[in-house]
Amino acid sequence: MKRLILASAALAVSAGMAAAQDVVRLGTEGAYPPWNFINDAGEVDGFERELGDELCARAELECEWVTNDWDSIIPNLVSGNYDAIIAGMSITDERDEVIDFSQNYTPPDPSAYAAMSEDVDVEGGVIAAQTGTIQAGYIAEQGATLVEYATPDETIQAVKSGEADAVLADKSFLAPIVEDDPELVWAGPDVALGGGVGMGFRESDPELRATFDAVIEEMKCDGSLDALIEKWDVSSTHGEC
Amino acid sequence: MSCWETIADYALRSVGIGERLLPRDNFTLCQQFTLIGSGLIWNVYFAVIALASGFFLATAVALGKASRIRAIRKPSEWFIFLFRGSPLFIQFFFAYFLFLSLKPVAPVFDPFTSAWAGATIVLFLNTAAYSGEIFYGALRTIPKGELEAADAYGLSGWSRFRRIVWPTMLRLAWPAYTNEAIFLFHATTLVYFSGFPAWQQRGDALYYANYFADKTFNPFVPYPILAGYFILLTLVIIALFGAINARLNRHLPQEARRGLRLRLNVIR
Amino acid sequence: MFPFCTDPDTLDTVRWFACYLTTGKHMSFYLSFGTVLLLLAITAPTALAFGFAGAAAARSRFLPLSLFGKGYIAIVRGVPDIAFFLFFVIALDQIFEWTRHQVLCPDWDQPIRQGNDFIVCQAAKLPLNTAPQWMHETYGFFLAVLTFALVFGAFAANVLFGAMRAVPRAQMETAEAYGMTRRQAFWRVLVPQMWIYAIPGLSNLWMVLIKATPLLFLLGVEDIVYWARELGSSKTPRFTDYPHGDWRMWYFLALLVFYLAFTRVSEIALERLTVRLSHGQATAQGEAQRRAGA
Repeated sequence: MKRLILASAALAVSAGMAAAQDVVRLGTEGAYPPWNFINDAGEVDGFERELGDELCARAELECEWVTNDWDSIIPNLVSGNYDAIIAGMSITDERDEVIDFSQNYTPPDPSAYAAMSEDVDVEGGVIAAQTGTIQAGYIAEQGATLVEYATPDETIQAVKSGEADAVLADKSFLAPIVEDDPELVWAGPDVALGGGVGMGFRESDPELRATFDAVIEEMKCDGSLDALIEKWDVSSTHGEC
Repeated sequence: MSCWETIADYALRSVGIGERLLPRDNFTLCQQFTLIGSGLIWNVYFAVIALASGFFLATAVALGKASRIRAIRKPSEWFIFLFRGSPLFIQFFFAYFLFLSLKPVAPVFDPFTSAWAGATIVLFLNTAAYSGEIFYGALRTIPKGELEAADAYGLSGWSRFRRIVWPTMLRLAWPAYTNEAIFLFHATTLVYFSGFPAWQQRGDALYYANYFADKTFNPFVPYPILAGYFILLTLVIIALFGAINARLNRHLPQEARRGLRLRLNVIR
Repeated sequence: MFPFCTDPDTLDTVRWFACYLTTGKHMSFYLSFGTVLLLLAITAPTALAFGFAGAAAARSRFLPLSLFGKGYIAIVRGVPDIAFFLFFVIALDQIFEWTRHQVLCPDWDQPIRQGNDFIVCQAAKLPLNTAPQWMHETYGFFLAVLTFALVFGAFAANVLFGAMRAVPRAQMETAEAYGMTRRQAFWRVLVPQMWIYAIPGLSNLWMVLIKATPLLFLLGVEDIVYWARELGSSKTPRFTDYPHGDWRMWYFLALLVFYLAFTRVSEIALERLTVRLSHGQATAQGEAQRRAGA
């Protein structure tokens, strides 16, 4: 009898949690087009906005968007200020120690160097990157001279002003800029970093992770995810699921 | 790896001596203390250079603002207003822009896009403006009697300034100037945070604290370490300036000296 | 905003700017000036209250209270404000939620710290997970105000502590001679007179406070610097109807003008306040006023 009561109490608790969970807060950076950015109307927009809204619709969750500075995006998640990160965040081992990732919604994609000329020395030259990104860590390990800037825009500015020889960033971020700017060209070989981009969750929140994991799988298989990826041109597609 | 090895590897990392790669996993408290402490070298460097050089410009600007000649007074007033009226953050931004565009003009400007020269100049001008205002305030409150006494002794021009005006001005301004020194020291943390890029992961104390907060995702260890270092160094500044204050006031009777310490209320 | 804004590519310069400067994003930018002013308007009196409490505590004859007051002043003044802002808001938020958790969910049996995670019961969340977005933003703003007030309260406490000791001893002796208690003398003689001695320090502090507002974005409030950076960064035609290059210079120039103007207005206002507070005081300026009036 005692057992039964305990079980039903546990059920009541989890039901209560599910009811309280009906608004899921999604944290993003809002400064990384085409993944996420603030549009002319001042709202969060981009590939992840559309993806997140679709995932929430399929999972029948009510979602709300929150923007947060990149530097403190993980501490604020574990502190409970929002429930998931969906901010073009690459799945890495060190991040995985602190938070849990969903399966990736874009496959591992190359980072690339953009420079003013094609024949810059990307191994021994001066390479710009945003502080705290996987690209910055990679350059430091490779032995090129790393210059770190607070925002992605400043890294581009550094190359154009000659402060740095090249910038290393996600290829999808650099692509529209290189296309648009006649001075910038691709340099050196592409570099594969990270394990694709996924959503981040608190480690103590496996239910929410499972929910999103399931709908990401669903979108991968019915091709709607690939369609979104192509629409925003953020990465290569998954193909078969 | 013992803590001594860590100190040997990283104590001078911020100036480019020692292990090239920063620690990447299994972060220890020792590593955090060592690297953040290493970054302090830059904070102390910026503060010492800017204060030492800013002091002289501040005296000049204060005299300029007190001048009766309009062509001298107006530029001094505008200089003080511009640098006191705008956030340091924005000053760094514009300075960096300016130095970048000056760079192609002449090779002389090359070093200014790096923090060690560029940021020092901004901090130098900034502290000169703030201290200039403090000194100007002190100039206005020099007791009339002292100036009359100087006239009575036949002092004028340079010797009047050197022997009467300047020492009294310093004496009156010193408590507020101590506060300015503390503020400037704290302001040096802004250099790499939003102003100038960090080369090869050589940065100041906040840069390394930020690095650890970023890698461990736990802000509650590195930032309090940084805060602890700064509290200690602030105490050093207070002690140092207190000693100078005692020297500036050594001719006064005990009671009056105590009174001066209480003027510690004009802060930046 | 305007009817002709539907296709910005075809517009001439003047109309293009008219449309560009009235996008929703720019409206947020303009609103954020209000946010900054509101923050200053709330923070200044709060910090003054913290400062007053800190100074009164530091003056207390009760040793632990006096040590607490002096410790608050020394520690918070010793730390650069950026370093404080970088971790303090999260800490403050967790303290509040932890307290509410203890009160509201006494029979919660799971640990609050699970690895890196900080978990409190749903009812203790601040604001509640079901609360609308504006509640979250207001709460974030409230935390920012509190953090600013705590930091600047320490500086204000230092100024007021000095000011309380600068009130001429004779004034307090007179109060005692009239048979006032320590408390009465404090409230009726010391407090009204100390302001004139505190004004130079407090007005400086106000200037510093104005100039610390660009750090608001560290506290998670979308302030003018956040929007200036966001709007000024270069935009490619793919993601906006109004593509442009790196315009941060112009946006920061606007901020510069705002701060300079605000400083100037503050200087004038503080000058007037000094004149008013000098009225009837035992200082040189108060004496001069008396003579001029007589």
